[in-house]
Amino acid sequence: MSNQAVSTTVNGDPVQFVCDPRETLLDVLRDRIGLTGSKEGCGTGDCGACSVTVDGRLVCSCLVLGVEAEGKKIETVEGIAEGPNLHVLQEKIIEHAALQCGICTPGILVAAKNLLEKNTNPTETEIRYWLAGNLCRCTGYDKIVRAVQAAAEDLRKAG
Amino acid sequence: MKYHKPTSFKEAVALAEGAEGVTRFLAGGTDVLVQLRLDIVTPDTLVDMKAIAGVKDITRNEDGSWDIGVAVSGAEMTEHPTLGKEWPGLVEAMDLIGSTQVQGRATLVGNLCNGSPAADSVPALMATGAVVTVEGKNGTRQLAVADVPTGPGKTSLAAHEVITNIHIPPRGQNAADAYERFIPRTEMDIAVVGCAVNLRLDGDKIVEATVVMGAVAPTIRIVPDAAKAIIGTTLDDAAKDKLAEAVRAACQPIDDKRGTIEFRVHVAGVLAKRVAQTAYDRARTAH
Repeated sequence: MSNQAVSTTVNGDPVQFVCDPRETLLDVLRDRIGLTGSKEGCGTGDCGACSVTVDGRLVCSCLVLGVEAEGKKIETVEGIAEGPNLHVLQEKIIEHAALQCGICTPGILVAAKNLLEKNTNPTETEIRYWLAGNLCRCTGYDKIVRAVQAAAEDLRKAG
Repeated sequence: MKYHKPTSFKEAVALAEGAEGVTRFLAGGTDVLVQLRLDIVTPDTLVDMKAIAGVKDITRNEDGSWDIGVAVSGAEMTEHPTLGKEWPGLVEAMDLIGSTQVQGRATLVGNLCNGSPAADSVPALMATGAVVTVEGKNGTRQLAVADVPTGPGKTSLAAHEVITNIHIPPRGQNAADAYERFIPRTEMDIAVVGCAVNLRLDGDKIVEATVVMGAVAPTIRIVPDAAKAIIGTTLDDAAKDKLAEAVRAACQPIDDKRGTIEFRVHVAGVLAKRVAQTAYDRARTAH
């Protein structure tokens, strides 16, 4: 089993790692790069807890191989805050108490941020469909949807 | 597992031909990686298709036909400015597969080669009359999409063969397609019954039609008798009843927790009527 060297960019930083080709991007992020914000819920692309973007495209990192990251730009939940300053989505998730156990939250943040970058004024239905692949067993989703709506409103006001 | 990233289809074929054990081609990976993860299929050789030129392209040719690259994702099809205007049924079928995250990766060719009788995009793809180009050690050949699946999880492709392109014929005038499926919830589930209809009108009358049923037989199947039932009609109630009858006669579904045989056969008829109506309405307003 020959390991492969991969060069990629994670949250704007150049990163190099060596991995077995069977390792997923999620394995690599957590175990080789030490970014444990992305969570493994199911490992089969159903729950969305491992959501990241690859070249701006929202994906489940458990359904991407680490070797596929070569030359790509990866964004994870760790890249959302700017230093000590939380992103408005993170603030609204806290304000609206839109989490309990928190396992789904990183994936929700990455997915919702990706939505708001494409659509600054999503309807409730658009938010719910966009986040349909991010399962949450605690909140019943309503608080999450409200938090995303509130963040979208703040972002629009900020222009 | 050896991972390869060829830059040409020729190289991909040579890798597959020279490989021992199990080979898988990787585009979106939404089936291949799940099977790897769950120890269902652990490939000895994995051939990533995404470094080959053109695999991410959606091209409208001068004659109005389309070429869709083998690594084009569902999201890229949905976001395309004109593909969905000409082929709304194909795009809506692909868009039904999985979550936003899955849409970012899943491909038409992957859905086809996975060989599931319940695949959502495949009935719609068959209904368009699409042809795939297959490259193997003996050269290339053209194959109708309808001739690719041969049974659950099985295709007519040889181990050294790989699909290199999907070609969709010109849309033409006064024509449209539609796809719908029945699932027990509103999103993200496997079709209990799926139906695609592609048709062309002359005035109010249907002059060409293709009806394809998914999840009601070991393979997704075109139902010629169902097309015959509506060709020459204005899709009046009598024609729709005949359509439903023909579709139900073609069903050989499994009996499982998602739906009994009786239920699937009944729903197949209901769905065919509904999807034919959608395609008909779209064709009437098409240019």
